[in-house]
Amino acid sequence: MAKIIVITSGKGGVGKTTTAASISMGLAQRGHRTVVIDFDVGLRNLDLIMGCERRVVYDFVHVINGEANLSQALIRDKRCDALYVLPASQTRDKEALTKEGVGKVLETLSQTYDYIVCDSPAGIEHGANMAMYYADDAIVVTNPEVSSVRDSDRMLGILASKSRRAENNEEPIREYLLLTRYVPERVQRGEMLSVEDVQEILSLELLGVIPESQAVLNASNSGIPVILDAESDAGQAYRDVVARYLGEDVPHRFLDTRKKGFLSRLLGS
Amino acid sequence: MAVPPESDKKDFFPALELKAAAFSLPVLRLLNQDLASIAEQLDAKIRQAPGFFRHAPVVIDVSSLSEEDPVAFPPLLRLLRDHNLIPVGIRGGTPAQNRAAQGVKLAVLNESIQTVRANAAEPKGEESPAPRFKIVTRPVRSGQRIYAPGGDLSVIAPVSSGAEIMADGNIHVYGPLRGRALAGMQGDLNARIFCQNLQADLVSVAGRYRVSENIPAELKGHAVQVFLEQESIRIERL
Repeated sequence: MAKIIVITSGKGGVGKTTTAASISMGLAQRGHRTVVIDFDVGLRNLDLIMGCERRVVYDFVHVINGEANLSQALIRDKRCDALYVLPASQTRDKEALTKEGVGKVLETLSQTYDYIVCDSPAGIEHGANMAMYYADDAIVVTNPEVSSVRDSDRMLGILASKSRRAENNEEPIREYLLLTRYVPERVQRGEMLSVEDVQEILSLELLGVIPESQAVLNASNSGIPVILDAESDAGQAYRDVVARYLGEDVPHRFLDTRKKGFLSRLLGS
Repeated sequence: MAVPPESDKKDFFPALELKAAAFSLPVLRLLNQDLASIAEQLDAKIRQAPGFFRHAPVVIDVSSLSEEDPVAFPPLLRLLRDHNLIPVGIRGGTPAQNRAAQGVKLAVLNESIQTVRANAAEPKGEESPAPRFKIVTRPVRSGQRIYAPGGDLSVIAPVSSGAEIMADGNIHVYGPLRGRALAGMQGDLNARIFCQNLQADLVSVAGRYRVSENIPAELKGHAVQVFLEQESIRIERL
């Protein structure tokens, strides 16, 4: 049985798709058979971030409607054999995702895969509900600012009350906090909520902090999950996140302002 | 609020009031009389929510037992009390079963508990059932609403801004209270809100309320109680 992970947030633009791409790649690189599903029907992006947009023939909605089978729609990642992408439809709307249809696809996938990563659309409407309904674990992506934190809190409430686990009175979804676009310098200047502030409000286990990084934008633009950019701080932070998710004890990094290098101190900048 | 039944006599000081109130009680439906398996399964149930069942009044539903079988009440009651439950009555019994229940001082309840409680009030007395209460142990998130009808609400977790917690009785929050808390929803002027760390969006008792803007800054972040004094909200540090 696969573990179903939903990447969610409530708010848009906080880094859900970036996170879904990097975490699924990270899990697959460690040899876990992983499939990442784009639930953002009508506004699909995951294929771009994963760099497989020119290979999409069939999509999630085709499979749900029985117009294609899973093996036709799944796209194998060219960089990692254990990773598959199930793209969203760009021409349909979210109503095409039915609870039964999604459930059937997830059940079939969970017979062959170890991890199913669901990339949720923004909002708390139907699409987001379908993405989280069957989840075992949830990674709540939050930016260090008040509106994002409140939306995450709202999403946590929905996870706790409207998921399959909640409806069947099973053990609740395991929830993790992932703080993205973090800028320690701005936290120090009081312009941004700190990790402690966010944790205090959300009271959630911290899976990791991803620093704001140019590498994320570069990686997105070139269709490479940023976790593959091992040189970058964001890429390393995502590696840590995957390790922590798998139960390894990895200390948190990138929380403090960068120590100034010898040269920049010399030049006084 | 409550008018004494004989308020026309000016020099009459009432020692009691009779009121009708509806309580919702857990019903324990017996499917057989095997005490050992009842004990074992009850144990398992209680382990899931020990706080909820501690000293909880329960009604024993015997409608699924065979009608000829006399119910062995004394060992059954002992078993329930050993599990910290307070058996208050039976439901669905035959006339013989009902007589046996009355013999061991159990009330005989009909379909509607409220109508029976009025009749059954006098034989009882020392064992008045505790009011219904609710305990929440997971964080109450923005957008969630929790209501404890007919009793107190205890939250042993943070209450987020944008969440709403309500109770007919008191509200207790062990954790930061950042959302809206409304006690005395049915108009009980004596209801109070207790919290460890007041950062609420709004506090209300019996319809009177105070929004965050009007809560003095020196009270924020502190353990306080909120209650009514001459029908207006008063917040006091604990």
